[in-house]
Amino acid sequence: MGMRDAFLSTMEQVLDEDPRVAVVLADISAASLEAARRRHPDRVINVGIREQALIGVAGGLALTGMRPVVHTFPSFLVERPYEQVKLDLTHQGAGAVLVSWGGSYDMPTAGRTHQSPADVALIDAIPGWTVHVPGHPDEAVSLLREALPGDGTVYLRLSGQSNARPRPGPGMQVVRQGGRGVVLAVGPMLDRVLAAAEDMDVTVLYAKTVRPFDAETLRAAVAGTGVADVVLVEPYLAGTSAHQVSEALVEVPHRLRALGTSRDAEVRRYGEVTDHDLAHALDEASIAAALKAFLRPD
Amino acid sequence: MENTTRGLGYADLPALIDAMRGDEKHSGAAESTVDVLWVLYDRVLNVSPEAPDDPARDRFLLSKGHGPMAYYAVLAAKGFLDPAELAGWAGSESRLGYHPDRTLVPGVEISSGSLGHGLALGVGMVFGLRAQGLTEPKVVVLTGDAELDEGSNHEAIALAGRASMAQLTTVVVDNQSATHGWPGGIAERFAVEGWATRTVDGRDHDALHAAFTTPHPDRPLCVVAVVEPKGS
Repeated sequence: MGMRDAFLSTMEQVLDEDPRVAVVLADISAASLEAARRRHPDRVINVGIREQALIGVAGGLALTGMRPVVHTFPSFLVERPYEQVKLDLTHQGAGAVLVSWGGSYDMPTAGRTHQSPADVALIDAIPGWTVHVPGHPDEAVSLLREALPGDGTVYLRLSGQSNARPRPGPGMQVVRQGGRGVVLAVGPMLDRVLAAAEDMDVTVLYAKTVRPFDAETLRAAVAGTGVADVVLVEPYLAGTSAHQVSEALVEVPHRLRALGTSRDAEVRRYGEVTDHDLAHALDEASIAAALKAFLRPD
Repeated sequence: MENTTRGLGYADLPALIDAMRGDEKHSGAAESTVDVLWVLYDRVLNVSPEAPDDPARDRFLLSKGHGPMAYYAVLAAKGFLDPAELAGWAGSESRLGYHPDRTLVPGVEISSGSLGHGLALGVGMVFGLRAQGLTEPKVVVLTGDAELDEGSNHEAIALAGRASMAQLTTVVVDNQSATHGWPGGIAERFAVEGWATRTVDGRDHDALHAAFTTPHPDRPLCVVAVVEPKGS
């Protein structure tokens, strides 16, 4: 079961368990939650293809004490109603859990309109958001369940790409220790980073939560490695977390290489996800080459 | 209901508005809403400064956040604000800005200023109240006729109509300031989406009161409050 199905089946259960939770949809995934809507007609709300109302309605729900979970593709969840995200949630002091599925290019045959590599950077430009980028469906479910009892603004970015196994637990995790530098893999990037760095003497960190950013673990890893060379591998816009790395290491002279989706041009290509991995140099071989070029020899 | 706690009435509003001095850029917008606001707070809304967070209270959403002088004046007259606070408005030490902020001002339900947000927020509030079994509280959203230019409103108008939101009222203060106008009239835009509508003189308190309190079962209500054209 992928992250999207895991999310939807979890929401079915949550709606039965927690009367405070309401799901707000804009047609996407509405058919999957139709049985839940029949059981809870007041708490499964499909606004139709109205993405500004999608966020506005969520803000209104929160202002009456409900916990809205809002779901659609990231282009339509974050980019189209961006001012609603800024004003109808954060500026009102209203919480919500925004759950996207589709990542940067999980629907490659749909083209640029369905690519949203800037979603995390955009959310990051509004104060106070927690941002989760799970690397496995089990992680997606536990992050969702942890987010629901609260009142804050949470962005949960689900993807069709995932790692082979989940890594439970909070914060940044040390997956491997090494001596030539630190590679931070975010969410679904971990398995390919581990494969790319298989023969390299590097520390590999894993993060499924990028905001708040676990600066303490990064600093400790850099100190433990002894070489302040950091490579950031994110499944969205390259450098989205670069400012967080700079801030974490402000006292340490360091070098940073930020990998992610290209900022240079729109990728006007269909094909497979793997074609887009290649176009953005996020495939295993490209990551290996980038590590080799950046990290200093022993 | 009469809930004036400080003994201030409609006749005091001009003096309260005058207390807000400075570089007011939205005075026309402020004047257009004063009668609607007064009738709502004096005779229609179940709200009280003693219980501003009562889950069963009515909600008033000033979507058209521009020109909140009349709004602050009414809130002061009704005891949500100390009238002495009005004098410092829009200063760096004041809670009262050119656009109201719900996190700063007692009795203010939404932070507004950017046009086209209040209606969807109001629709979400009705969904939230319904889901908690609170079917009595009214949600009243005030917009301007030019504000309806924002497409976001039309998403909310259609949604509220289809969801049979009898708890929702939109009052459109029409000072004929929309750049391209609304052929057929504003009320018609709501009526085709299933709303009950009333178009009244926005200066006539009894007509406004009657419009706000006429039963409209299973439908949201749109009250178009016509005032003199902007700049006239």
